[in-house]
Amino acid sequence: MNGDSPISIRNLSVLYGDHLALKDVSLDIPAKRITSIIGPSGCGKTTLLKSLNRLLDTDDGVRVRGQVLLDGEDIYAPRTEVTRIRRKMGLLSQRPQVLPMSIYDNVAYGPRIHGLRSRKELNERVERYLRLAGLWDEVEGRLREPASLLSVGQQQRLCLARGLAVEPEIILGDEPTSALDPQSSQNVERRLLELKRDYTVIVVTHILRQARRIADHIAFLYLGELVEQGPAAEVFAAPKDPRTRAYLTGEIS
Amino acid sequence: MRLLKDALARRAMAVIAALPGLLVLFIVIGLFLRSKAILGVEPLSRFLFSSAWSPMKGEFGLLPFIAGTMWVTLTALALAVPVSILTAIYLSEYAPRWARRAAQPVIDLLAGLPSVVYGAWGVILVVPFVGNVLAPLAGVYSSGYSILAGGIILAIMTFPTIIHVTLEVFASVPRALREASLSLGATKWETTRHVVLRKGAQGILAASVLGFSRALGETMAVLMVVGNVPSVPRSLFDPGYPLPALIANNYGEMMSIPRYDAALMMAALVLMLIVLAFNVLARGILIRVERKVR
Repeated sequence: MNGDSPISIRNLSVLYGDHLALKDVSLDIPAKRITSIIGPSGCGKTTLLKSLNRLLDTDDGVRVRGQVLLDGEDIYAPRTEVTRIRRKMGLLSQRPQVLPMSIYDNVAYGPRIHGLRSRKELNERVERYLRLAGLWDEVEGRLREPASLLSVGQQQRLCLARGLAVEPEIILGDEPTSALDPQSSQNVERRLLELKRDYTVIVVTHILRQARRIADHIAFLYLGELVEQGPAAEVFAAPKDPRTRAYLTGEIS
Repeated sequence: MRLLKDALARRAMAVIAALPGLLVLFIVIGLFLRSKAILGVEPLSRFLFSSAWSPMKGEFGLLPFIAGTMWVTLTALALAVPVSILTAIYLSEYAPRWARRAAQPVIDLLAGLPSVVYGAWGVILVVPFVGNVLAPLAGVYSSGYSILAGGIILAIMTFPTIIHVTLEVFASVPRALREASLSLGATKWETTRHVVLRKGAQGILAASVLGFSRALGETMAVLMVVGNVPSVPRSLFDPGYPLPALIANNYGEMMSIPRYDAALMMAALVLMLIVLAFNVLARGILIRVERKVR
């Protein structure tokens, strides 16, 4: 579609059994910006995020209607290869999920799966993305240690490096700082702000202040509906919908 | 008053908790005392490494029985472990939820079936199958009453245990961890192999140990299909005579023969020590695996 929007969501509805989790959502995600999906818990933020890389597929009894266009290609088309779609996006989950292997192998996992064998290239990639995630200096001498020995904050940055190592275009964050202490949260936020130079970032958050700090673009979901979206400055300064205003002032949460 | 009760309860529970440990000790001591009668006569190695078994002449070589036990158990595990793990992988990662729900009670039911039932089924089905189909395929003659038949029956009996425990292990692997791997573009199989299996390695090993321990001591079903010939088996199609079968078949009938009783006690002691040694070994492996992946 247009070059400014790597992801276009068109009339997307998601049903869990009889429960309509997303109602007819349409949204263009701007390229090389941080888009924050905000809204009270249970409003469908995570569902929307997981619909973007088809992680919804792993749930039983989910039905998806509508389209998600990734660089113009409908990812829900029957022919689409799901592993290729997922590879274009790195995911940061609520709690860092390190794989049960060494720090090095965590980062090398993705590239290896996609067929990279050369030791030298793997080493380069591991170093490059650990640096980009701001973790290299802390783990340089202990790459062979189990990743589970890292602190939670370090683990989350390792997950970031792991996601970056498959060289995606988009970074998805599902409340990526919710398990972290303030300092680590700040660290992750700083990384995201740096990364938006090269990547399109989409972050689900229930922390309004976080959205204010990092978001360029806001999408406000309420009860499965996309109530309002637009540039962050506009949405925060002058929300158009009364529900958005109510949420921003803390009347609904 | 309440503090006194608390103290009493603590003592009482400590004693009760210590009982199982002491029991192991008592069993070993008891068996040892009863088998001492025979130990005085000949050196221990004669019993363990001699294959001469003729109680009438006073020869009690246990080697055929030890070998029989090991053969049957190892055959069973070689069959049971891979099949169980693949079944558990399918049920936990690939099968739709209704299939998983339907399979679980059936698996648990299988675990609870009396072993004579398995034995009888083995005699009418597995023994002829081994004798008439597998042996000719391998180009040997076999009556069907063989190590292989015993191994197959044992494998079938240990499936449910291993599958059940392995399923629980897989269920304990967080979904978000699978998603982390999937989100990198890994396929389901890659995710299962590199993440789920690795994360669950310890538990799977524990499940296999549980299965192994059961297989080592299983008596009835094996006894019915294994042939019970006291010689060291040389192939899977040979009959064998595992330790539990020896004890079950002969205990109570050997009163007239001197030292037979002691020899059987010795057999029980050896069986017990094999199980113990195996458990210690497994624990050692478990600890090492734990250190390596987490």
